[in-house]
Amino acid sequence: MNDKLIIGGHEFNSRFILGSGKFSPEMTETVLKNGGVEMATLALRRVNEDGNESILDYMPKGITLLPNTSGARNADEAVRIARLARAVGCGDFVKIEVVHDSKYLLPDNYETVKATEILAKEGFIVMPYMYPDLNAARDMVNAGAAAIMPLAAPIGSNKGLATKDFIKILIDELDVPIIVDAGIGRPSQACEAMEMGVDAIMANTAVATAADVGLMATAFRLAIEAGRAAYLAGLGRVLEYKGEASSPLTGFLRD
Amino acid sequence: MIVNGKKTDFKPGESLSEFLKEKGYRIEVIAVELNGEIIAKESFDTTLLKEGDVMEVVTFMGGG
Amino acid sequence: MLKVDRSFSHMEYVEGMEQIPHDIMDKVLEMRKNYDYGKYTGADVKRTLMKDNLTPEDFAALLSPAAAPYLEDMAARAKEVTHAHFGNAVTLFTPLYIANYCENHCVYCGFNCYNRIKRAKLTMEEVEKELKTIAETGLEDILILTGESRSMSGVEYVGEAVKLAAKYFKQVGLEIYPLNSDEYRYIHECGADYVCVYQETYNPDKYETLHLRGHKRIFPYRFNAQERAIRGGMRLVSFGALLGLDDFRKDAFATGLHAYYLQRKYPHAEISFSPPRLRPIINDATVNPNDVHETQLLQVMTAYRLFMPFAGITISTRERAGFRDNVIGMCATKISAGVNVGVGGHSGEEKGDEQFDISDGRSVEEVHAAIKAHGCQPVYNDYVRV
Repeated sequence: MNDKLIIGGHEFNSRFILGSGKFSPEMTETVLKNGGVEMATLALRRVNEDGNESILDYMPKGITLLPNTSGARNADEAVRIARLARAVGCGDFVKIEVVHDSKYLLPDNYETVKATEILAKEGFIVMPYMYPDLNAARDMVNAGAAAIMPLAAPIGSNKGLATKDFIKILIDELDVPIIVDAGIGRPSQACEAMEMGVDAIMANTAVATAADVGLMATAFRLAIEAGRAAYLAGLGRVLEYKGEASSPLTGFLRD
Repeated sequence: MIVNGKKTDFKPGESLSEFLKEKGYRIEVIAVELNGEIIAKESFDTTLLKEGDVMEVVTFMGGG
Repeated sequence: MLKVDRSFSHMEYVEGMEQIPHDIMDKVLEMRKNYDYGKYTGADVKRTLMKDNLTPEDFAALLSPAAAPYLEDMAARAKEVTHAHFGNAVTLFTPLYIANYCENHCVYCGFNCYNRIKRAKLTMEEVEKELKTIAETGLEDILILTGESRSMSGVEYVGEAVKLAAKYFKQVGLEIYPLNSDEYRYIHECGADYVCVYQETYNPDKYETLHLRGHKRIFPYRFNAQERAIRGGMRLVSFGALLGLDDFRKDAFATGLHAYYLQRKYPHAEISFSPPRLRPIINDATVNPNDVHETQLLQVMTAYRLFMPFAGITISTRERAGFRDNVIGMCATKISAGVNVGVGGHSGEEKGDEQFDISDGRSVEEVHAAIKAHGCQPVYNDYVRV
């Protein structure tokens, strides 16, 4: 079936985006393979002078790299990180993450809109991570975002779809892919999000902190595929039977 | 000059690519910011270092 | 003034017409062209009735012949949705024709430039007299109409009438010829908040054969009127096709899509529908597939309601009292009362002839009582302009 995920003109078969943090680089290849992942996020940090290892060594060819501006506390810092990331030479995608709340790590929608506008103008394929607010999301799309990444729950909380209804609004009202990021703790939650019409799932902690990391990556892949198939199949809804009106509402019609 | 926040020796007048090679950085996996400006990889050979320069050398790690 | 006649292409702007991007028009026309209502089944309709948020595809199913057996369900669902968004409130208003001079030749209309009728234009004194009389009935929302004649009822004339109306009414709307956005801004500043423009038919080929003379002939200028009105600062815009001029399913589909895409482009815009229809000729032995009977009209109205739950729907006096009384609260949210569609008929003798025959001539008091009898709440105004 031709059901590709299209972001910024690029096509993907997989709807599972992996966050590459919180597990050892050597596991990366297994996780990517088991998860059927085609896009993974990376963080930008100063090179460690002693070791010259880079996670890029563990990324198979063909994986689209999604640098993340994590660490940025405002739009200017996010823009700086994005430009540096692009200078490494691994493509034009960027995930904007602007957080200046160290307790909950909630993203700042306002700074994110600003960064989106600057970076979209510079030709980046911008995927902003944000708190699900339709108005902010619209601003990001109008500023040139290629997708919207609303959080399901605070980063690392594994709490699942706390913002479910607001994500649904984004799905209903926006024309770009909606990719749920942050807070997904179980494959069943990823499945639920996909059933609702979400276009892709990004997960990190849930995979990285499982007892068997490789197997959990497989579980997520299967859950995301199942959710997508359910969405395409068209869910039936349990109709709350309200009882019949005593006289029909259309009884007045003459012809 | 300062590299990644630490005082570092270098040969005055040497090019960025010479410096990076000498220090063992792998050019294909890094990006360099010199005095606040990002240096494009094509310009590594022609960018010359001087006393007082402030450099950031970054690469990708797991995260995000 | 440039005289537009059949030698002009109906799809090309003429001098003086503001041109804005026509992305919405292109999309709506494309979708209308491709709308194949024969392919929808009862299963499609049933599935749509279980959803909260309808897509254009769902709307297409609701307008198809396959939905006919489900009209009672559509009505029930529409009633739920109307109640959720509007409570049981029904707003009253009345139209005021201030001039019926017209430079268009629209084949189906009583005001067309070749029709020999009593032409008139109210002076500002006469306008004020009409406004006072109408205001005494308690109405607070008025819709001002003219024919299309910039020379006889130009923008400044309309602006003056709007300024007067704003003194007596809390909400002033306009149903006149399409304007440029700076002209809409001017009229808005005079005191008007809403604009109604009916595309008549969204089939450009059919449109060409119906509009033979005058600026109304130019399809894209008329289509983009609502967008120009929003850009000019108008708060609410109303959409409608004259159902029965062409394939009513396709025209209703296009009407809904026109409103839907405009609302997505301008999320702050308020939206309203009006479903006027050409009444089928009684005793006509030939069955015309374009005929819109009451059943089909209700299908269109409930489909509009389900597709855009937050949009107003106005029911006019072309329909009989029995029909009007039953659709309010179910899908319609606004109803006219104390209606006279001649020029200047409220405060005394009519100065100019009417546009169409009305079927429901009830006074404001009578319509108010009918609304209450139907379990709804008559509302005169729910908006304060500051």
